[in-house]
Amino acid sequence: MTTVVKSRGTVTIDVESCKGCELCIPACPPAVLTMSAPVNKRGYHYPELHPGCTGCAACLMVCPDYCFEVFRFQTPVEHEVPS
Amino acid sequence: MSTIPLGPVLDTAHAPGDGARVVEPKTPALLLTNHHHLCPGCGEPLAIRAIAEAIEDLGLVDTAVCALGIGCYTSFGSTVDIDLVQCLHGRAPSVATGVKRMLPDATVFTLQGDGDMVNEGLQEVLHTAARGESLTAVLVNNGVFGETGGHMTATSVLGQRTKNTIEGRDAEYHGYPILIGDLIAQLEGAAYVARGSVHNAGAVARTTKMVRRAFETQRRREGFSFVEILTMCPTGWFIPTGEGPDYLASTLGEVHIMGELKADGQIRTTEELHAENVRKAAELEAQLARGGLED
Repeated sequence: MTTVVKSRGTVTIDVESCKGCELCIPACPPAVLTMSAPVNKRGYHYPELHPGCTGCAACLMVCPDYCFEVFRFQTPVEHEVPS
Repeated sequence: MSTIPLGPVLDTAHAPGDGARVVEPKTPALLLTNHHHLCPGCGEPLAIRAIAEAIEDLGLVDTAVCALGIGCYTSFGSTVDIDLVQCLHGRAPSVATGVKRMLPDATVFTLQGDGDMVNEGLQEVLHTAARGESLTAVLVNNGVFGETGGHMTATSVLGQRTKNTIEGRDAEYHGYPILIGDLIAQLEGAAYVARGSVHNAGAVARTTKMVRRAFETQRRREGFSFVEILTMCPTGWFIPTGEGPDYLASTLGEVHIMGELKADGQIRTTEELHAENVRKAAELEAQLARGGLED
């Protein structure tokens, strides 16, 4: 079984600047950010994006390390996701 | 909480191609690098970002001068593209007074922590406010001396556990916290006084507006303007970084209440702001219970 998940936006994440504070994880309204299993060069886990971003910029606003840039698509991108 | 099933990890190393636009607010160009020296989960970079955003939005980049206090935020001096004067501990409002009197067209602001402003230099900020100097003072308040390891400051709330109040701040032994915003709001020379926070995205947006209003007050030469910004200090509070926002809301945020303490000549006390915030939260809850927000 698969579900179609729409992404109205997306982000870029500067993972090497991330200090792994995890503030963005609960800040994300659709809850599509999770912390990575691997670590960056400084040894911190960093956020990863899954389909479903709305481009609301909440992650950008709470990130103390200015890691995020937020984009909104003109037409939403659809992803097939196992449900 | 969302029920979206988690799909694969998407590419976030590259900007999307055609058909996507960058969403405001962009990270201000005044912030030269994001490789700063502050700890994970610190709230001060968010406060600094709010200031930089307000300066850029109001077109004050060429006229802004910062009188910088002593604290963790001092390390931002070399990574923010704003003219600044480094001041002695607590003395930034007096230095800013000098700068403003010599350069009346400059947009002068201080950036100080609670240890710097409320412990070391309380009289400086009070006299500057009482004189009605046309400058803006920004206080980043985390309730501890973060830079020196998390000791109690004058704004630490009762019951707050710090390095030298291990059992929690006790009024009988340590005295009561100073609500600096309320003190300044009572002074005739203060034109705009507000208290914001950076514990979630909504609070960051509200705080940015407060900083912007403070700068506008200064540009209209209406008098002294003051913005206090509550910030997380998980290192000084000895808690995991992810718990910082909730800890802020439940300790400092319960005493230092968010809102505009003085605007348009009207003074409101912390108690009045608290009552208003409780009323607004109840309204929001009722709206959500009715099936969503009306916009």
